[in-house]
Amino acid sequence: MSETSSTRRLPIALRTEALEQLLTERGLVDPAAIDNIVQTYETAVGPMNGAKVIAKAWTDPDYRERLLAEGTAAIAELGFTGQEGEHIVVVENTADTHNVIVCSLCSCYPWPVLGLPPSWYTDPAYRARIVRQPRVVLAEMGLELPADTNIVVRDSSSEVRWLVLPQRPAGTEDLSPEQLAGLVTRDAMVGVAKVKAP
Amino acid sequence: MSQIADLGGTEGWGRVKTPSAEEPVFGQPWEGRAFALTLLSMGVSGRNHDAARHAVERLERAEYFDDGHWGSWLYATELMLVDSAILAPGAVEARAHQLRGEDVAEPAVPEPNKPDYAPSAAGSLRTVADPPRFTVGEAVRAKDIQPEGHTRLPGYLRGHRGVIEQVQPAALLPDTNAHFLGENPQHVYTVRFDSRELWGADAEPFTLTDELFDSYLVPCHE
Repeated sequence: MSETSSTRRLPIALRTEALEQLLTERGLVDPAAIDNIVQTYETAVGPMNGAKVIAKAWTDPDYRERLLAEGTAAIAELGFTGQEGEHIVVVENTADTHNVIVCSLCSCYPWPVLGLPPSWYTDPAYRARIVRQPRVVLAEMGLELPADTNIVVRDSSSEVRWLVLPQRPAGTEDLSPEQLAGLVTRDAMVGVAKVKAP
Repeated sequence: MSQIADLGGTEGWGRVKTPSAEEPVFGQPWEGRAFALTLLSMGVSGRNHDAARHAVERLERAEYFDDGHWGSWLYATELMLVDSAILAPGAVEARAHQLRGEDVAEPAVPEPNKPDYAPSAAGSLRTVADPPRFTVGEAVRAKDIQPEGHTRLPGYLRGHRGVIEQVQPAALLPDTNAHFLGENPQHVYTVRFDSRELWGADAEPFTLTDELFDSYLVPCHE
């Protein structure tokens, strides 16, 4: 883009308002549908869904087995389905192996269980670097892994979506599934953090 | 493929952003509106997800990078609506200037020209009659190609040897579906690569996997 056209660029908020007005005044888009989508992804679809899946897997061995074998179906048992969740594969982080998820080409992310991606996930630095120097990038994000941990980077180029089943922290044997779900973070389910004991 | 989105392994980006648990889903109200407009416009433009990804790849650099992720989606949505002649080129700019109180004439509403396209089923998963060409454990090589238009074969994997880790459900091929040239369903494989194969002997030791479509791969007998 030339410097001239770049400096003429309109503020993005104004541009969004203009597009919304053009589509709604012609009846092509219902403003209530816009509100509904925003509200849904702000309140109903997010990492709290994935946290319930993980807590159930930690406390129900049969469920854990189903989750690792047929992720999409096991996740649907808890009512989490929908866009960007056509085929979810769950992969387990262990003492030896650490999986971390990325979409180097765009922003593929398992919406039904994690909601919309955070800004660091769609940022060029993460997308460019995690596929090349994951140990360095994870350390920058606060996760120092032992030198002998096998790192597996899961780049998502098709409609397959990945979810990490993090390690259950020690000392949580007495916690209820609800309490466990409260410990599980989005970052741990992407694989850029571990779940910490309370 | 446009290089703009194909970021894997590229340099010059600096440190990654530090995750924050407090980050809101939409940092500013326009971001939520842009996201919702993107979802709702898909039916209006008569296009599909693969065309949407290709629209993002056709953006100018400033459009792709300067207004964040949801900004790039907004520009791509505009582009698809112009592609389908739902909006005239310049319509959004003209309306934005009007909203700012400037006297700018708006272009006439064009005659819609949506692609001749109807999906054979919902979503992207499809069935393929033939069995998968490759089996788990088999060595394959990603083709070293520079296709025109949309593809989901990342540049950094091209020409490299990997091993089939999993056979995933078959799916329509984005490379043709994005251009309304047919769904062309194919088998999809999770292919496992060694970091030293991708980045050289001095690379951090790790494994990388990616889901690749059958036509991106050739057998590898080396």
